[in-house]
Order: sequence, then structure tokens, then C-alpha cells
Amino acid sequence: MGVVDMADNMRMRAQLKGEVTEVKVLMTHPMETGRRKNDFGDLIPANFIQLVSASINGEQVLEAQLGTGISKNPYLTFHLRGAKVGDVIKITWVDNLGKTGEGEIAVTAA
Amino acid sequence: MQRRKFIQFLFGAASLALLPARAFAAVWNAAAFQATQADAALTGLGVSKLKSSSLITVVAPDKAENGAVVQIEVTSNIPNTESIAILVDKNPTSLIAHFKFSHGADPFVVTRIKMAETSDVQAVIKADNQYFVAKKRVEVLENGCG
Repeated sequence: MGVVDMADNMRMRAQLKGEVTEVKVLMTHPMETGRRKNDFGDLIPANFIQLVSASINGEQVLEAQLGTGISKNPYLTFHLRGAKVGDVIKITWVDNLGKTGEGEIAVTAA
Repeated sequence: MQRRKFIQFLFGAASLALLPARAFAAVWNAAAFQATQADAALTGLGVSKLKSSSLITVVAPDKAENGAVVQIEVTSNIPNTESIAILVDKNPTSLIAHFKFSHGADPFVVTRIKMAETSDVQAVIKADNQYFVAKKRVEVLENGCG
């Protein structure tokens, strides 16, 4: 099992490599800064993910606060120790407009 | 509907509305993220005295063709690292992201950021209530903030 599409708004992979589990996350989001203009010269309102939470088997491991300086479709890699094959990694995000997204994936052997 | 029932219904609706936010203990740090200068952003994060550290590695390209997507990797080898903040001095708002690690997460992160122009990228680490910094200059050939 490689990359799995958990939902329209997230792609995840979690692979155990030796002692470290490498988690890669790609969230689908426009990450609008609020400073960009459309073709008519109107400002496009800010719309960006502000908080991302990652947990393993329900226990939080990473808490990220993001600003408008994160690229469109935010990408993250992080490393966990002590995870086992089958452990469930869950990612949740919320943006400045209150919209949320989530995805989860089980750890696989590399 | 009886008054008591109605009030219970209101509380029920209110707690449902709060559900999506429950996963987040943190509140987005508006003061830090809206600051237009790196120093003000650091103040917003509660950073007081910053020391340079060779135990922090910042991997980023020397030259970025496109400032819209610049991949940054930060590793801290400072014992008891709690968090990593990434700042770009010359962006319209300097603070890019702030990562807090717990329960077996390594003090390591890879992400992709926007850069308005050539600038230092700063990685600020909190460990044992002290703050450490490492910088990497990235030359931006095409602005990515649009």
C-alpha cells in the first residue's frame, strides 16, 4: 500500500523505516493570502489553513499553526518514533473561515 | 416546546457547533502571524533572547526559481526541542509556520513556503525555555506572493 486518497482534501502516507515512521501529508487548499487580485482587479479574500493537528492512536504528536506564507496545497513531512505497523495517524485542519478537513492512514512497512 | 427543553436544545446545538474545533487545543496566534516584521512576529511568539546554534539544520535551495513553492527542511539536534518556527524576514508577514512536537515526534519538519523576494529564512527553536536560531539565505528569482 502506498499513497492512499483518504478524502478529496488530503493525501497521506505513513511508512515505518527502521525506528522512524515517516509521515507525508498533502492537503488540498488554495492558501489565499488576501493580497492577490483576480482578473477584474478585485482582491481575493484571505483563505488559508490556520491549525493542523496530527495524532497517533488518538494521542497528539504535532500541532502546527500556519500563516499565509505556506504554499498552496500545504505539504508536510514529519517523523515519529515508537510507532508500529497498523498504528493510525490522523490529521485534522481548520482554516480561517472555519472549514475543516481530516484524513487518516495506518502505518505501513516501507 | 417547553422552555427547559428548548434551552437544552440550544445547548445541544451549541456543543455540536463546537465539535470541529475540539481537536485543537491551540488558538491561532494572530499577533505573531499578522506581524509585518520578523522581530514583531518573534515578540508575538514570546521569544525574548535568541542565540545562534549550529545544532539546527536548515535545508533550502540557494536559488529558488519560483518563490511560490520553496521547500524548507528544518532539523533540531538541540535536546528537549519543543517547537520550530519558520520565518522569512522579507515576506509581507514574516511568520510562516509554528510546529509543536510531542509524544515521540522528532523535532524535524519539511514544508513548502512562499517567498516574496530574496531573504533569510529563519528557523527558531524553543528548548528548555530558551530560544535558538539558524538562518539560510534563499535567492528568489521569481516572486511567489502574487
